[in-house]
This record gives sequence, C-alpha cells and structure tokens, in this order.
Amino acid sequence: MSALLELRGLEARYGPVQALRGISIEVPEGSVVAVLGANGAGKTTTLRAVSGTVRRSGEILLGGKPLRGGPEAAAKAGIAHVPEGRGTFTDLSVVENLRLGAYTRRDRSVKADVERMAEYFPWIRDRGDQRAGTLSGGEQQMLALARALMSRPRLLMLDEPSLGLAPLIVREIFRIVRELNEKEGLAVLVVEQDARIALNAAATAYVLEVGRVAVSGSSAELRDDEAVRRSYLGY
Amino acid sequence: MADFFQQIVSGLASGGIYGALALALVLIHRATGVINFAQGEMAMFSTYILWTLTTNHDFSYWPAFAVTLLVSFLGGIGIHQAVIRPVERGSQIRVVIVTIGLLLVLNGLATWIWTGEVRAVESPFGRRTLDVGGVAISVQDIGTIVVCLVTVAVLWAFFQFTKVGLALRAAAVNPAEARLVGVRVPWMLGLGWGLAAVLGAIAGMLTAPTNFLDPNMMQSVLIYAFAAAVLGGIDSPVGAVVGGLILGVGLNLLGTYVDFVSAELQLPAALLVILVVLLVRPAGLFGKPQVKKV
Repeated sequence: MSALLELRGLEARYGPVQALRGISIEVPEGSVVAVLGANGAGKTTTLRAVSGTVRRSGEILLGGKPLRGGPEAAAKAGIAHVPEGRGTFTDLSVVENLRLGAYTRRDRSVKADVERMAEYFPWIRDRGDQRAGTLSGGEQQMLALARALMSRPRLLMLDEPSLGLAPLIVREIFRIVRELNEKEGLAVLVVEQDARIALNAAATAYVLEVGRVAVSGSSAELRDDEAVRRSYLGY
Repeated sequence: MADFFQQIVSGLASGGIYGALALALVLIHRATGVINFAQGEMAMFSTYILWTLTTNHDFSYWPAFAVTLLVSFLGGIGIHQAVIRPVERGSQIRVVIVTIGLLLVLNGLATWIWTGEVRAVESPFGRRTLDVGGVAISVQDIGTIVVCLVTVAVLWAFFQFTKVGLALRAAAVNPAEARLVGVRVPWMLGLGWGLAAVLGAIAGMLTAPTNFLDPNMMQSVLIYAFAAAVLGGIDSPVGAVVGGLILGVGLNLLGTYVDFVSAELQLPAALLVILVVLLVRPAGLFGKPQVKKV
C-alpha cells in the first residue's frame, strides 16, 4: 500500500516551546492510524502541524506531494481536521454546519450529501435547523464528524473524539469511523488518549513521548506487548 | 390623526436610514469585533461620489447610485486591507483608534476635495407628496423605506442562502474553525467591510436629499445608528434594523407630541436610549446576553 500521508522529521513549536521533535508517521491509503500518548506528548500538535494551524518544519507529503500553507490549503488538498473539543460552529444551524463542511467542494451534490450524513446520523434529519450549540456533547461530536465528511476528504483527522463523552457514544462514533473506512476506504488519522478504543479501531499505531515517536507498530503488536502497554498506554 | 400617520411614515424613513447604518456597524462588529467610528464618514464620502457623478459627470441618478455602491464596496475592502488588517491581530483598542483616525482623515479629505460648502442633492423620488386617505405622505419617505427594506432583504438572502454569505458568517463567529473548512478568513472580513461600506453609502445617499450634503452630515446620523444598534443588540442584524425603525419613529413622535423635546433635544434623547439600554439590558432587544467563562 502506498502512503497517503507521510510525515518526515516533522517539528513544531509554540513560541519557545518545542512540541514536536522530529516525528515520522505514515498513513497508508485506506487505513486507520492511531496516535497515542500521554497529555503533552504532542498528539494534538501532530494534527495541527499537518493542517497548518501551528508553525512547523519538516516534510509533509499528501499523496506524494508536499503540503504547504495554512489550514485553508490543507482543507483544499482534502484534509478534514476535526479539532479537539467539538469542532462545530455553535452559532450556526446543523445544516449550515454541514454546508460549511462542503465549502471546498465545487460540485452541486451538497444536498445529496446532507442526506447521506443523515443515514449515518438519523437525528440530523429532524433537527437540521437547530443551533449546533444547543446539541448535546455527543451530538456535537457527531456533527463535527459529519461536517468533516461533507468535504469528501482524502484524509480524516480526528482529535480526541472520546473526550468528555459517554462510553456508549464513543463506541458509536468509532463504529461509524470504522464503517466509513471499510465501506468507503476513508483514510483516518486519529489522536486518542483512550488507547484501548483507538487500538481497536486502528490498523497501526504510533505512541508519542515528549514530541518523539517512542514505539510504533500494528495495533495487535502494541496491544500484546506487555511492556509497551504498561509504560505507555496505561492499562 | 393624519398628522400622526405622517409622523409614523417619516419616522420609518429616517428609522430605515438609521437601521441601514446600524446594520453596517453590526456587520463590522461581528467581523472585526469593534465599533467602526468611521462608518458615518465613509457614508458621507460615498455620498460625495454620488454628488460628483451626478453634478460633474452627467450621470443620471440611478446609474450614479449603482456606481457609488460599487466604488464604496471596493473602498470598504480597500480600507480593510490597507489600515484595518495590519492592526487586526492586536488588541481591539488599536482597531478602534484606527477607525477614529479614519474618521478624521476622511472628514479632512472630503473638506479638502469638495470644500465644506453645503450642497443640495437631488432626491431620486422627487419632492411630491401622495394623498393616501387624507394623509399626505412624501414620496421621498416611501422611496427611502422601500430602498432600505429591499437592501435588508437582499443582504439577508445573501447571508442565508449563498455559500459566500454562510462562509462570511462562519468567519465572523469562529475564524479558526472557518479556516479548517477552507474559508479564507481575511478575505471574508474584507468582504464584510465592503458590504458595510455599501450599507453606509445607501444610508448616506438617502440622508442627503433631506439633510443636505456636507462633510459633517453623517455625524448625528451615526449617533442615531449607534443608538439603534445598541437598542437592537450590537451583534444582531435583525436588532439593528428593528432598533433603527423604533428609534426613528420614537424620536419623531417625541419631537411632535412632547412639547419640550425640540429638534435640538433629539440627539440627547438618542444618547439617553444608549445609556438606558446599556444599564438595563446591555445585550439589547435581540442580542444574546454574553456569558463570560472565567
């Protein structure tokens, strides 16, 4: 499998603080890759570096082509980034959020795609006019996911989708992500603190420790390695 | 009774103008987070462009009106690019100071170009009055109301139904998120300034036939627009328009039926409205109360 996204020696900093110290990660076409690690390991920064919302250096290749510029350019190149903490426009309605998700698209099948999203998230159908800010936390996370999918991304990046949500909802979200991956071949890069659920969904995983890749391998390997589990994954 | 209706109609006409200018203030407040103190002078400048086109360049009224809107739109974008964008990232007080500077510059520039002489601007609707069931209604007032309503409706449809309108709203409420979905936020904010300049131009051009044209013509109108925007809620487009209409009609009726409120007291009355609203209901009639997370 060829790599859809390739990060080589990626570094990023917030002012004087270096958050990424040269990480290399590969997301093959059509696969789910998890980035794990403790708080402050650089998980969120990895996604932010890819979408250009943080100052970065090193190489980012999307489909073999270098990715440059800010988040607008990343969105245009086909990267849908669902940031930490429910990436929705709380003042706008559900349908407006979905329309914005399709902002980079030039075709006119946006309406059909809203309907397609409603198949994954049936509640959207009745509550299209509701303000996103009045949805529950789980619904907002689902809306953020649906909005990202509206762009028909080549790569979906999810930042801590489980954060602050009930286990049942988390399972539902990961089920949908897996389904999208299996049915539509969607490539996913997911950052997660909950290692167990992420390893279930992902084929391969990278464990970060203070801005470096400490361990990587197939999810099965990481799960079965007692030492890795104890020292990095904490379960 | 006839007098009462006349006052209502002319109040709605001036209220429509206040509403249009207030809407411009709201647009910029939502996009840039500040009150644009230069909004009135931008409108005055636009009105001078109309006057120059009709007086010196043989334009008839409506083509000149259209050209003025276009020039104002580009001018608004230009102002954003040239002087607002460079300070936008800093504290808001810097942007406010720039808009106050802009007020002075535009006022001085207009006086320099066109002199401070008071000019008459023709009314596109004529000076006739219509007799509606014994009530004499000025066609100028009706025309003003219609132009304001059409403007607001077009703008509303733009924000509600077009992709760019939606992107502009997204950029205003959550710029970081907007960038993630691919919206070029600085362009959108520039577009917001352009639209605000167009609204101001309309307000200015509708004001000029009754208030005459001079470099200070919009200063009191801007105060009324402030009052309208505060009354309706500084972040609420609907509020700005409704606030403008309430203020226009209210001040007109006050001036007519309450003896001691002469024309000179209308401006203080508007300031009183600002003060009372800020004390009693800071979010305005249509605004959402701001909850600050600590």
